[in-house]
Amino acid sequence: MAISQTSAQPLASTADIAVSVRNISKKYNQTEALRDLSLDFPKGELTSLLGPSGCGKTTLLKIIAGLLDANSGTVQVGGQTISGPGPDRAFVFQDFALMPWANVIRNVAFGLELRGIAKSEREAIAEKYIASVGLTGFEKSFPHELSGGMRQRVGLARALSVDAQVLLLDEPFSAVDEQTRRKFQEDLLSLVQNENKTFIFVTHSIEEAVYVSDQIAILLPRPSRVSEIIRPSSFRGKSVDNIRRDPEYLDIVDQIWASLRSYVE
Amino acid sequence: MSAVIVFSAWEIAGRVPISYSFPTFLESMAALAVITLDGSIFIAYAETLKPLVTGIAISGLLGIGIGLWVGLSEKFEWLFAPIFIVMQAAPLAALIPLLVMIYGIGLTSKVFVVCIMAMPVIVLNTASAVRNTPVSLKEMARSFLAKDHEVLLKVIIPAASPIIFSGLRLGVSAGFIGAILSELKITPTGVGDIITFSRSIADYPTMYAAIFSIILLAVLFLNLLEKLENYLFEGNNRGYISD
Repeated sequence: MAISQTSAQPLASTADIAVSVRNISKKYNQTEALRDLSLDFPKGELTSLLGPSGCGKTTLLKIIAGLLDANSGTVQVGGQTISGPGPDRAFVFQDFALMPWANVIRNVAFGLELRGIAKSEREAIAEKYIASVGLTGFEKSFPHELSGGMRQRVGLARALSVDAQVLLLDEPFSAVDEQTRRKFQEDLLSLVQNENKTFIFVTHSIEEAVYVSDQIAILLPRPSRVSEIIRPSSFRGKSVDNIRRDPEYLDIVDQIWASLRSYVE
Repeated sequence: MSAVIVFSAWEIAGRVPISYSFPTFLESMAALAVITLDGSIFIAYAETLKPLVTGIAISGLLGIGIGLWVGLSEKFEWLFAPIFIVMQAAPLAALIPLLVMIYGIGLTSKVFVVCIMAMPVIVLNTASAVRNTPVSLKEMARSFLAKDHEVLLKVIIPAASPIIFSGLRLGVSAGFIGAILSELKITPTGVGDIITFSRSIADYPTMYAAIFSIILLAVLFLNLLEKLENYLFEGNNRGYISD
């Protein structure tokens, strides 16, 4: 694969690394979920964690989030070793994790509420992000009144509103329909360009990973380790309409499927 | 509408009559008017509400408190849950003599009866609701830096509130049963006294008036509880999102 640069050390300078995972191991009782896993996430880029189900990608994401403790190894965010959830990271959940008793604006402002920001101030911030995800007019709606796609926009607005440097997305689009999903992927690309944040994106869709990522980490299961890192190079600057017919896009999709095929039961 | 049907059926059944001791709806209402006007029903309720309100307040506060704890800690569940399961299963009428022996025939015994009736369902419902809080909601709160007490107050309790409230509703209605049972079985006071006394002198309309009034009060109380729930947790009564 000449056109994709495949290497174990993607970037040299540590200043450009937003999140650094070093020698992480994680066991659930007897099962080894992750073994001695190390990975760097460059600043301002979107890195996908891609792999067959049960390969520990969500486990890794939750360890980075500080929601799970690793048995050994360290995670550094912005050069600091983490010991739990922090203001530098925000999480977007697969099942949205919206509070059904709270309306959209309270859900979006919840992260700020927990940080003790005054109500008027946090609602002003929340309104800004509700508008940025295209939900103006739904501030007073309750989650059950929204479609799946709109619910995930609320989840995204909540994660953006706390202004964390690192966004952790756990299969955020897997519970929304195909068309909404494509729109989300396009929106995500412009978000990565405009927000200057680091995105860590868990997905099981090869096409989705190649479409949105600056860097794709392929995880192989039992126990999980990084088998390769792929950095698409030629189509990232192109307009969203042309990515899916770019030869490099198609090649990478095929290449990833070839390496994952044998792990899928 | 359903009230009209039930009352008409009652009226017809009373007029047939199915039993000499079964008054018509209108007779009962007239008797209710009489005891309301001469004030005896208020004196009776002042007496009945004492164990009822005390018992329900204790069961509500303590029941939810213990329920939260049982739901949060497995050790505590191991320690306490069996007590409440036994309490719920125990035939209360059979325990009343024991209670009277220990606590006498006063208010304490009656409060106990109300609590034994009301508390188990409140504790057990609260505990299972807390244990079934969606994991992703708890993770969400923690990932947005909620402290432990914030997770409890802002996520676990609101998420558990529909089942806590349904436990409260069951508990309150059981508490009403307990209050009347205690007045019939321990010492006839309050509304229980009206029921016992009017039955003994074959004044059946008054007896049914008293029974009707306690049912009415229970229904009103339950409605109030539902209003409170809707006021506190507005979006909740439309169920969970789980797709």
